[in-house]
Amino acid sequence: MRPFAYVRPADVEAAVHAVATEPGAKFLGGGTNLVDLMREGIERPDTVVDVTGLPLDTVDDLPDGGLRIGALVRNSALAADPRVRAHYPMVPQALLAGASPQLRNMATVGGNLLQRTRCPYFYDTASACNKREPGAGCDALGGFNRGHAILGVSESCIAAHPSDMCVALAALDAVVEARSVRGTRRIPIEEFHRLPGDTPQVETALASDELVTAVELPAVPVAARSRYRKVRDRASYAFALVSVAAALEVRDGAVTGVRLALGGVAAKPWRARAAEEALLGGPAGEEAFRRAAEAELASANVRPGNAFKSRLAEATIVATLRELSTEGDAG
Amino acid sequence: MTEIRMKVNGADESLDVEPWASLLDTLRERLGLTGTKKGCDQGACGACTVLADGVRINACLALAVQYDGSEITTIEGVDHPLQEAFIRHDGFQCGYCTPGQICSAIGMLAEHAAGMPSAVGATGLTEDEIRERMSGNLCRCGAYNGILDAIMELR
Ligand SMILES: Cc1cc2nc3c(=O)[nH]c(=O)nc-3n(C[C@H](O)[C@H](O)[C@H](O)COP(=O)(O)OP(=O)(O)OC[C@H]3O[C@@H](n4cnc5c(N)ncnc54)[C@H](O)[C@@H]3O)c2cc1C
Ligand code: SF4
Ligand code: FES
Ligand code: FES
Repeated sequence: MRPFAYVRPADVEAAVHAVATEPGAKFLGGGTNLVDLMREGIERPDTVVDVTGLPLDTVDDLPDGGLRIGALVRNSALAADPRVRAHYPMVPQALLAGASPQLRNMATVGGNLLQRTRCPYFYDTASACNKREPGAGCDALGGFNRGHAILGVSESCIAAHPSDMCVALAALDAVVEARSVRGTRRIPIEEFHRLPGDTPQVETALASDELVTAVELPAVPVAARSRYRKVRDRASYAFALVSVAAALEVRDGAVTGVRLALGGVAAKPWRARAAEEALLGGPAGEEAFRRAAEAELASANVRPGNAFKSRLAEATIVATLRELSTEGDAG
Repeated sequence: MTEIRMKVNGADESLDVEPWASLLDTLRERLGLTGTKKGCDQGACGACTVLADGVRINACLALAVQYDGSEITTIEGVDHPLQEAFIRHDGFQCGYCTPGQICSAIGMLAEHAAGMPSAVGATGLTEDEIRERMSGNLCRCGAYNGILDAIMELR
């Protein structure tokens, strides 16, 4: 691994100062993505600012009924939190569907948000990749692109965002709190991750000197009845081909509340607004679910390797909504 | 170089490490504890699983400096009935994944006792639960059935 200086600040002020004065600095959470990428020579920080000593590891109640999740809360701890399990079951389900128990014990919420794509050409420094080296080209376009994105793609990059947790956060309108020497700002999750356009190297709205301090979940009553469903090549310990985070409320046969987001299909966790619109106020049933899913996937831009994802995403949306509409208790 | 102190298998260790040294390489190459194995060095196999303050982690993705002040347990420091159970149930063939499997299983039993949920969501440690909770440890020899039986005996 390329040598770097290491600091472990004890408070947030010192942490944001450390990156502000060191242009080549990067924050380190659990290390499960950054250490891997540094070893591969893809990330090359001069200074690593270890944030795991910061007091940002609690889940606190918000006055409006929501939750404030510290950026250093481990993925396993968040999955076990009784409030998250009761009010937002899709969040622990997404977390527990991701990585392995060992990795979840290490991984932090902040690191999960900022984890980078698993595109194999991004990982292989001998391949052309616009994300790694802007202007170099994209070997995935005509290569092995079974795992790649089908929504919001560009001719520069078709990488998919790998996080499960973020898909649930997108469905819930989470807000990311970021801190730098310039102050604190709040970034809605839908604006946090970026589509590639012609700058696939710009992945988030976060500046390189901004520290994620927390993620806030607003009160979302409909989410008490929610599901995360993940489709992958093996039963566990694999990234999603397609995943669905869904919440559904049905009264007298009509959809009175719905939240829907997709994973594995875009460079960001994909909030399925078109499908939500198609569903809201209409009948809750197989036909309506299928039409809503088709509306969302209508803009899919597929390659030979990942063309199957369009149908798979539609079927997974329908199956998840069906499950939510027919089960008595979706906890 | 950064000086770190760790308690490894009960012994106090103080050593100067490069910040980029992984916990796995530090255990194996600096402390001579080669029981912990390197399979993939990228978090994808679980062969490097150790316990840090009782919690199972992948030592290959851990920087040693991050574990300054921690208590680390590797297979060399384990004395647990699971070891006999693995022998009784043929829980291994080549044995390469075994140190990681056993450290992981010890961490898993503690997690389950503390109420950590899993994707399976069964009540009690059923076979499905154990398979899911042990899915972070791959076995190239496919000794999964023996591993499962050994853990079932101890659950
Ligand atoms: C084999 C394997 C399988 C996996 N499978 C899955 C899966 O199925 N589903 C899934 O969702 N994930 C999966 N993961 C990814 C895993 O979830 C991420 O690696 C993890 O969430 C990253 O968290 P971390 O704290 O370890 O981040 P780190 O590796 O420490 O950091 C990752 C990035 O975030 C930045 N960062 C960290 N904290 C902050 C902060 N507070 N503010 C600003 N920037 C920050 C770092 O600078 C770095 O760029 C897998 C990983 C591996 C190795
Ligand atoms: S899809 Fe994106 S990340 Fe993958 S090779 Fe192309 S530019 Fe790089
Ligand atoms: S060597 Fe650490 S997970 Fe494979
Ligand atoms: S016993 Fe050989 S890899 Fe598991």
